[in-house]
Amino acid sequence: MLTRKVRSRIFLFFLSIVLLGLIIFFIFKSLEDNLVYFFSPTEINNKINISYHEKIRVGGLVKENSITKKETSINFIITDLKNEIFVTYSGPIPNLFSEGKGVIAEGKLKDKKFFVADKILAKHDENYMPPEVAKVLEKSE
Amino acid sequence: MFKIFLPNKIFNTNHKTINGLIILTLVIILIGIAYALFISPPDYIQGDSVRIMYVHVPASFLSLGFFGILGMISVLNLIFKIKILPYIGKSIAPIGFVFALVSILTGSLWGKPTWGVWWAWDARLTSMLVLLIFYLIYILIWKFVENFNTANTINCFVAIVGSFNIPVIKYSVDWWNTLHQTSSITLTSAPTIHYSMLAPLIIMILGFFLYSLVIFLMRYKTELIKLKLNKKNKKTN
Repeated sequence: MLTRKVRSRIFLFFLSIVLLGLIIFFIFKSLEDNLVYFFSPTEINNKINISYHEKIRVGGLVKENSITKKETSINFIITDLKNEIFVTYSGPIPNLFSEGKGVIAEGKLKDKKFFVADKILAKHDENYMPPEVAKVLEKSE
Repeated sequence: MFKIFLPNKIFNTNHKTINGLIILTLVIILIGIAYALFISPPDYIQGDSVRIMYVHVPASFLSLGFFGILGMISVLNLIFKIKILPYIGKSIAPIGFVFALVSILTGSLWGKPTWGVWWAWDARLTSMLVLLIFYLIYILIWKFVENFNTANTINCFVAIVGSFNIPVIKYSVDWWNTLHQTSSITLTSAPTIHYSMLAPLIIMILGFFLYSLVIFLMRYKTELIKLKLNKKNKKTN
């Protein structure tokens, strides 16, 4: 007896299942440590059940004067001004990657102070200004 | 207060008003684009790729705001049963949907040269995708559910549930570590965006808003015409 009423109710039932499913999917997807897109060096330091086998992300600022380019790899230090972690990476580097600027490294931890990255993301902050203004700011520091 | 949305008032907003609004919208958007693309400076880090911001931010901001409006309309609808509200919601939703889509697409285009990726499952981007899906569901329900009242009731709940996502989107960059940067314009502190870039941004937000208003009035008028036709057909039947 697939009357219109029944049909629209069936549609509604499936729709609410899909809706609920989507919500739960996104909640779980987020909860998988993706809610926090990366850990800061301090968080890595303090985390008890850290995994050395799973892919994680570390984020922070590239420490000034810490970038050393080798033949096939690049080494640098990520700092959150309280703790540091040493990172080594080989591969393409995004344009905005530079010292003193934000970075997110994706890869595996060797130990709490050493990270082997297989992907680098440049993170930029919320400041927007013309180059002239930036120069003036730099001079005044 | 709701009288402005009454059918008669809207029908009386004749061609002249809408045409005037269209011209105003075009002027403001043209000024905004000229300012954004040519007059405003490049960013000290991102260079000229920052100019996507002038489309990305207005679209994001307004898509968020419009869904908040859908939520408020739905609450009023459920409590006071004001008959005209669903038609307002029907007219706003597609605009918000398109803006959310523009936000995600322009964000993606912006992310590749700056971050290095087209997409990341961080809290801000993921919650925006959720918003897009909620908009889509809202629009599809109006389209495919036969009974008007059933569609209306369901959509009220869709909009209300989806509205919980709005503060999540807004504060995602503050609550969690995200790839997306924190807000440059806040209610509580000075903007971290230079005035030479803030000005065209505001002009573009205004331009986008006027555009939304024009589209809304056109859609709303169409909905009311359909409503009147339905009533007429029912009477003659």
